[in-house]
Amino acid sequence: MAEDIVKVEGLKAYYQMNYFGVSREVRAVDGITMTVRKGEVYGIAGESSSGKTSFIKVLAAAIRPPLKVVEGSVKFDFKNGPIDVATATPKQIEAVRWKHLSYIMQGSMSVLNPVRRIGRTFHDFASRPMGLTGKAFEDRVIAHLARLKLPPDVLKAYPHELSGGMRQRVTIGLATVCHPEFIIADEPTTALDVVVQKEVLSLIRDIQKEMNAAVVFVTHDMSVHANVADRVGIIYAGRLVEEGPTRDMFFAPKHPYTAHLVASLPRIGDVKQRPALEGRPPNLADPPQGCRFHPRCPLAVDKCRQDVPPMEQVGPDHRTACWRWQDVKPLVGASAPSGVMA
Amino acid sequence: MTTLLDVRDVSKRFTMGGIFGRKTVDAVMDASFSLSAENPEIFTIIGESGSGKTTLARMILGLEDPSEGEILFRGKRVSRYGGRAEKLAFMSQVQPVFQNPFEAFNPLKKVERYLESTARRFLQTSDRAAIDRAMDEALQKVGLSLKEVRGRFPHEMSGGQLQRCAIARALIPNPPLLIADEPVSMVDASLRMSIVNLLKSLRDDLKVSVIYITHDLATAYYISNRLIIMQRGRIVEMGDARTVLDNPQHPYSKLLKASVLSTDDAGDGKLATDPEMVKAAGDLVGQAGKLVTKPDGREVRVYAGV
Ligand SMILES: Nc1ncnc2c1ncn2[C@@H]1O[C@H](COP(=O)(O)OP(=O)(O)OP(=O)(O)O)[C@@H](O)[C@H]1O
Ligand SMILES: Nc1ncnc2c1ncn2[C@@H]1O[C@H](COP(=O)(O)OP(=O)(O)O)[C@@H](O)[C@H]1O
Ligand code: SF4
Ligand SMILES: [Mg+2]
Ligand SMILES: [Mg+2]
Repeated sequence: MAEDIVKVEGLKAYYQMNYFGVSREVRAVDGITMTVRKGEVYGIAGESSSGKTSFIKVLAAAIRPPLKVVEGSVKFDFKNGPIDVATATPKQIEAVRWKHLSYIMQGSMSVLNPVRRIGRTFHDFASRPMGLTGKAFEDRVIAHLARLKLPPDVLKAYPHELSGGMRQRVTIGLATVCHPEFIIADEPTTALDVVVQKEVLSLIRDIQKEMNAAVVFVTHDMSVHANVADRVGIIYAGRLVEEGPTRDMFFAPKHPYTAHLVASLPRIGDVKQRPALEGRPPNLADPPQGCRFHPRCPLAVDKCRQDVPPMEQVGPDHRTACWRWQDVKPLVGASAPSGVMA
Repeated sequence: MTTLLDVRDVSKRFTMGGIFGRKTVDAVMDASFSLSAENPEIFTIIGESGSGKTTLARMILGLEDPSEGEILFRGKRVSRYGGRAEKLAFMSQVQPVFQNPFEAFNPLKKVERYLESTARRFLQTSDRAAIDRAMDEALQKVGLSLKEVRGRFPHEMSGGQLQRCAIARALIPNPPLLIADEPVSMVDASLRMSIVNLLKSLRDDLKVSVIYITHDLATAYYISNRLIIMQRGRIVEMGDARTVLDNPQHPYSKLLKASVLSTDDAGDGKLATDPEMVKAAGDLVGQAGKLVTKPDGREVRVYAGV
């Protein structure tokens, strides 16, 4: 088995805010322990506002107030040495950014400067880490953009002149042009059409294989994980609730929430609604006691309302945090034939 | 039949780049379709990234003027220009929900301020209780509440939460036409279904028409009456949603359907698309062709010599 490139231990990261004397704490990441191996694609899934982006911000060393690491560590083992990004100084982080650790943020506009042409942004980010300037740099960037099916003209464009999908590919280009060891992508294909999505996903995978990079891929879209990830981890209310090889997660989930996620995927040909999960995602400023999923869980028992289930090994590489994991059955829908799909 | 919206031979050309290398982009070419006022429907636009979907939506909203052709709403021409009162009246009829919630909200303004200013403007009142009630009602429709949203800035909410707020905001003036540009692209599958079901009930119960722009073929199949498929600025196929998606005929439509990721072989990492299919669709880019009506009622773009 490959070595770990990052070890996350007991990570807690909270948004701590103060509005006119009223302090508020959102426990967006609340005790996550996991590792990512060299050369693997690790998919992170979970519903919106479960804390995926917050977790990924810590992993990517993009921690800004009000987000604060309260406990735990995030230890990377890079070619240029080890670093714990939970405690590293801005200068230490600067030394690994882009060349070792790159981050494709959710919402492509936030990384592209609206008043700077795309070419300038590439220059600002990548010229120094790549050690290239002038024509040599431009040629490399153009060749890289071509792989993402972007014409050289985009370098002359301003972000608002590109469609959402083109901007997304530009940001993927930015994150991969320096061939980093570890790539973190937050919903990188969410704004793309399915044809381009597939192309971009295979591109990310090709680049990853070619460079033997590790990729942490965050999306709520389970069909993306099904086709890209080696392992999948499910986050619910700030905690990792299940983790395992992709196949097992889809066909033999051991957490009721995962079972629900894989069964709720709508398919072409569906004319009836799929069973939706009752209730709302929990409020992370005031999460439920015990297992955080209990208010919505069909299997919940009294114990679940009081005690937090620990992460338990339930198979090779497969862990889950559920008191009743032995009773979890895949729901219909997950392995049903895809109807009219050609 | 009276028409609610009439899009007539509309094209949009952008000029891109500075003084050097000025270039034009034909974002939309010759688009035509209409929506009836009596039969509210969910009219879906699917297509390539960059194929002109958002541009078309912006023209319908009067945020961008067509370079050619015209758009009529209830018989009146939609335009970027016009008086304040006229614009307000138009805006209460056609409401947008934009693609990216992170772009739609100003990071320095509390989220509720958007809802509040919309409520104030369209309810034409400054009665706090009435405004709060309207906001809360709209938020409840999308699975949130005023209590949860109050006091929060956009960066304090997740993408999905923001998008639900954006839909709630659009629902405040009870518009007959809603233009939703990828309203579900940021939300997970179960929330996605609850939002598309919401669009469905808006149509069925409140008689609101919805122009639904999406990349998600499954929800398009599930809720749309009609749909159009766009490739590089052109409509390549148009018709009854299920007729088209069950058996797409244009090469790009076929490619689109074949590219939908399946979970049937989860873990096998299959991402290849038949290269023949990709080529067949790609070869047609830039060719004008023309839309031809087929016996089953759909329209498909055909090309001389193909
Ligand atoms: N303000 C603008 N100036 C110049 N070009 C523009 C402008 N807005 C859009 N374009 C161009 O028009 C074309 C259509 O863009 P549009 O945003 O309508 O695509 P879209 O179909 O919504 O794509 P996506 O699925 O990626 O959101 C693209 O080539 C884009 O680069
Ligand atoms: N900058 C912030 N300040 C305060 N709270 C935040 C901030 N960003 C996110 N949150 C809150 O943290 C929780 C997790 O959000 P996020 O990590 O964005 O979720 P996801 O990416 O899974 O949708 C949510 O309750 C969200 O409202
Ligand atoms: S621990 Fe209990 S409430 Fe939590 S997922 Fe398992 S059965 Fe459900
Ligand atoms: Mg997120
Ligand atoms: Mg768009």
